Amino acid sequence: MTTASEPYVLNIGPQHPSTHGVFRLRVVMDGERIQDMDMIVGYLHRSMEKLAEERTYTQNIPFTDRADYLAAMTGNLGLCVAAEQLSGVEVPERAEYLRVIFAELQRIASHAMANGTLVSDAGAWQTPLLYMFREREKILDLFEMTCGARLTTNYMRIGGVAFDPPPEFWPALRELVDELPERIDEYAELLTDNEIFVARTRGIGVISAADAINGSLVGPALRGSGVPWDLRKAEPYAVYDRFDFEIPVGRTGDVYDRFMVRLEETKQSTRIIRQAMDQIPEGPHKTQIPLALRPEPGEVYGRVEGPRGEIGFYLVSDGGPAPYRFHLRAPSFINLSLLRELAVGSSLPDAVVTLGSIDIVVGEIDR
Amino acid sequence: MPKGPTQLDGHLVAERLGQALPGIVQRSTDEWVEVRPERLQEALRWLHDSEEFDAAQLSNCCGVDRHHHFEMVYHLQSLDLNHQIVVKAIVLDHDRPSLPSAYPVYKGALLQEREVYDLMGIEFEGHPDLRRIFLWDGFPGHPLRKDFLGIGAGLTSGLARFPYEDKTDPDRIMNPPESMRAAAQEPEAGSQEPSPEWRGEQHP
Repeated sequence: MTTASEPYVLNIGPQHPSTHGVFRLRVVMDGERIQDMDMIVGYLHRSMEKLAEERTYTQNIPFTDRADYLAAMTGNLGLCVAAEQLSGVEVPERAEYLRVIFAELQRIASHAMANGTLVSDAGAWQTPLLYMFREREKILDLFEMTCGARLTTNYMRIGGVAFDPPPEFWPALRELVDELPERIDEYAELLTDNEIFVARTRGIGVISAADAINGSLVGPALRGSGVPWDLRKAEPYAVYDRFDFEIPVGRTGDVYDRFMVRLEETKQSTRIIRQAMDQIPEGPHKTQIPLALRPEPGEVYGRVEGPRGEIGFYLVSDGGPAPYRFHLRAPSFINLSLLRELAVGSSLPDAVVTLGSIDIVVGEIDR
Repeated sequence: MPKGPTQLDGHLVAERLGQALPGIVQRSTDEWVEVRPERLQEALRWLHDSEEFDAAQLSNCCGVDRHHHFEMVYHLQSLDLNHQIVVKAIVLDHDRPSLPSAYPVYKGALLQEREVYDLMGIEFEGHPDLRRIFLWDGFPGHPLRKDFLGIGAGLTSGLARFPYEDKTDPDRIMNPPESMRAAAQEPEAGSQEPSPEWRGEQHP
C-alpha cells in the first residue's frame, strides 16, 4: 500500500524567530520536504536610496547605520571610503587606525550575533547566544564610550572619524582584547564537537565554490566554500595592508564551515586590533571638509569588507552637494540569490539552519 | 585614471572586447566600457569566459536614471586576477525600458535585477522570475526614477544647494581661508574643542 501525500503551503514569518527579522518565506511542502520556496521581503523598505538623493554625503551616513543595524561601523566606513574616493579627501593616519579598530570590533560583535542565532536555530536554544552577547555587550559599551551610541553609531566621517576615543577607552579595549581569545576558545569547545550541533550543520546547505562565485556570494558565505576572497587583502582600504592576519576558509561549504569561518575570523580580528593598538600614531582624528562637499561630476564604486561581505556604495555625483544616485550593494540581500536552490529538496529544519548560516540582516535587505 | 584601486582601464577592455566581438562596443572611457544594449548578454558571457579578464562574479548591478535614458552599470569582479571591470549599457527608451538579463551568465543577478525592475522599472528579457520585490504588485510607478514625484525632465529632485550654505558668501563654506583650515586641523594643546567656526559635525 502506498500513502499518497499532497503538497501544502506553509507560511513562515514575517514575524518568526528563525527568519531573523521581518522576512517572510512562503514554502510549498510535501511532508517534511520543501518543493518550492518564495521569499517575500520589503516589510522594512524605507526607500533609503531615494531619500539619499535629497541629502548631502555626510547627512547620508546615518542611513548606513540603519541599513545593516548589526554592523553600523562597517556601513559607515563603506560610505566614507566611497565618498573619499569620489572627492579626493585625505584621511589622517590616526583616523585610519581608529577606523580599523572600530570596524574589527564591529565584526566581532556581528559574528557573535550571527553565530549565536545560528546555534539557536540549530536547537541550542538561547544559552550560547547569551554567552556570545556577553562579549558583544562589552564591545557596544566601548562604542557608547566613544560616540554615545551602541547600535546606530554614526561614527565615521568623510575624512576621518567623529571623535577621538576618551582616555578610559584604551585600557578597556586592552582588557577586552586580552580576554577575547580565551572566550572564543570556550565557544569552540562548547560547540564545535557538540554532537547535536554537528549533526544539524555538517553536510547541510552545501554551496560549491563555483556556485558561490557565480551567485555573487561574498563574505563568510563565500569563504565557507573555500574561496579565499577578502577585500581587506584583495583591495586593502584604510591601513589593512599593515597588519598581519589570515583569511580563514572552509572546505566543504556547508553550514558548519560558515560557522567555523566566522569563529576563526573573530580571532583574526582580535589579532588586527592588537596590532592596531600598538601601531596607532598620535595626531588629528579627521580632516576638515566643507560642510557642503561638492565632488566633481563622476562616479565611484567604493567598497569595504563588512561582517556579511562586500558592502559597496555606487555614488554618482553631478557636482551638487547631494549624490545624483546612491546605490548600496547590500551583501545580505545578494547572498540570498542562491537560497531557493539550496532550500528546494531539503527539509524545513535544514532550510532554517541554512538561512541562519547565510546571516541576513533585514534592514540591509530591504534598505 | 580609473577611480577604483583595482579597476581595469575601460579602453583596454573595449579594445579586446571589440577584437573578439566586432561592433559590440559603443563607447569607452578609462573607467568603463559601454556595450550595445541588445548584445549585453554576449559581452558579459565573453568577459566571464575570457581567460584574460576572468570576470567570474557580478559583484554589483544597478540602474541610473539620466532623465532621457537609463544606464545599467555592471561591476564585474575577477577573484583570481583581482581586478574589477565596469560595463555599462544605455537604454534609450525611457517609457518602456528593456534589456537582456544577465541571469543566464550570472546567477547573482537574480535578485539584483528584480530590485532594478521594481524600483527603476527596467524590464529584463530572459529573467526567470521578474516580479516586484520590495514594493507590492500594483504600486504606482517606480520610485527611483527621477520623475517619480512628478518632477519633469530638466529639473532635479536632488538638493540644489546645501540647506545651511551661506548664499551671499559661498566661498566661506567651500574654501575656508588658510588660517582657518590650519586652526581647524591643529587644535590647541589640551583642548578637544574645534575652533568655533567649525562646529558643524560636532554639534549634538
